[in-house]
Amino acid sequence: MTQAPFGEFVAGARARGTLVVQPRMGFSDPGRMRQGLARTRAADAVTVGTLTLDSYTRVRDLDAARRALAEGVTLNGYPICTHPPETTRGVLDGIHDASFPVQVRHGSPRPEHIVAALLGLGLDATEGGPVSYCLPYSRTPLAEAVVCWRTACEMLAEHTGDGRVPHLESFGGCMLGQLCPPAVLVAVSVLEGLFFARHGLRSVSLSYAQQTSPQQDLEAVAALQRLAGELLGPIDWHVVLYAYMGVYPLSRGGGLNLLEAAARLAVTSGASRLIVKTAAEAHRIPTVADNVEALEAAARAAATATAPPPGPPAADSEVYAEARTLVHAVLDLHDDVGTALLTAFRRGLLDIPYCLHPDNAGRARSFIDHDGRLRWGDTGALPLGGAAVSAARKVTSADLLAALSRVRRAYDSGGTA
Amino acid sequence: MNSMPGTPMPTVLVTGTSSDAHTWNLVYLQLLLEEWGHEVTNLGPCAPDDLVMGSAVELRPDLIVVSSVNGHGHQDGLRLVQVLRARPELVGTTIVIGGKLGTDGLRNVGQVRRLLAAGYDRVFDDGDVNAFRDMLARPPVRAVS
Repeated sequence: MTQAPFGEFVAGARARGTLVVQPRMGFSDPGRMRQGLARTRAADAVTVGTLTLDSYTRVRDLDAARRALAEGVTLNGYPICTHPPETTRGVLDGIHDASFPVQVRHGSPRPEHIVAALLGLGLDATEGGPVSYCLPYSRTPLAEAVVCWRTACEMLAEHTGDGRVPHLESFGGCMLGQLCPPAVLVAVSVLEGLFFARHGLRSVSLSYAQQTSPQQDLEAVAALQRLAGELLGPIDWHVVLYAYMGVYPLSRGGGLNLLEAAARLAVTSGASRLIVKTAAEAHRIPTVADNVEALEAAARAAATATAPPPGPPAADSEVYAEARTLVHAVLDLHDDVGTALLTAFRRGLLDIPYCLHPDNAGRARSFIDHDGRLRWGDTGALPLGGAAVSAARKVTSADLLAALSRVRRAYDSGGTA
Repeated sequence: MNSMPGTPMPTVLVTGTSSDAHTWNLVYLQLLLEEWGHEVTNLGPCAPDDLVMGSAVELRPDLIVVSSVNGHGHQDGLRLVQVLRARPELVGTTIVIGGKLGTDGLRNVGQVRRLLAAGYDRVFDDGDVNAFRDMLARPPVRAVS
């Protein structure tokens, strides 16, 4: 199979001024998965492919994945460790090549089995991270996730050379999808990118998920790029934007408008790649047709937006100042980024609002301010003295629901954030 | 909903299923139940069956609320309730499940029937807070403990 270095493909598109768009797509049926990849490739857009894995594979419950396949139960993604390798080669054959890289997306805090499977198939692009795939999505101890992700990074890095440049994307820009202040998203993405680089990766991407204020989002992506430039050193890196990851609009028009806002934000903020959401997002696991529609709508919207001038962004914003403080507070704890992350979470120097994981301090609280910006209601032990702009007020279930559904309501009623 | 004087409000164990990583549904349910006066323990997302069972045996809640939105709720919920009902301590505990339980966004009557047959007392549609509140206001939940 001709190798298709993921980072190189994205850099090439960027040099031509084109945003790369990518679905979140995974089906348990190999035929449908192949059709999804083929139609992503054929979409009227510059695309990369995705194999999104199922939840059983993510939590390493491979018995459950095997049983489900045997009983003909539909899974919520592609069980890469369960289908025989020749089946998956059949899915990729003639589709995955130098003009169409394919990334494996999964969500596992203990990903070694997934990394082994994808490397065995000739794939070498995936995503996640010791914090971003552990705290929001598992009960796995953070210390165990750090050990597992060190191993996973080293497994990927070993395959560097002979035309192959394994690529790893940090999922740190998501962290529960919504209501996490951007400074923490930027800090976790940068710290995971550093973790990947220290463990041998030569090509990484840093993520940021669209939130509730377009201005704050612009500041966040600028901060992410500036900190990456300051800290990552001479490796290949780019920024990937996620279309809104929270409660999605119910209406077709609202959903597409939100996606198009994300595509324009990706271009104006200087991101290189966008992962789309579909108009069907709020209702079901999207179909292939839903995904193709979203990819093409995003590409059309991106073409109407103007990219910033080249060079490092002028990022002297509140988000940059807070994110920089957080990143350096963590890096000052230990030379090893993984060890530093563990200490930081233990002391509450990093704290994800509303995250229920036992290793998260859980003292920080956030809210959406009148201007739409995410702000701190309580900074807990975060080193952001004075950043909390309101006294910690008890959040009711109605407040929470209103905040979670703010973007849905705005877009479903024909407006924007 | 206020507690009757002298009647302790039922205690509640809230949990996701073993393969479900979603958190907001669980945070919301906890706040809602606490506002209604219940004492809540929240196991969070991706709780393995054994952890749910062990926590339930230890805490002896009056009500176990299983919430799932990742499309695997039917399979995971079915397996979980069998593990829970196999423990003699939990035979009389009220156990309910709700959320988006399948991958296609459709209510499946056969699957609901199987969940009920396997041991759930109620299966709630996604977002049906009113039915959930009505259940909490009535026996058997309030009679247990």
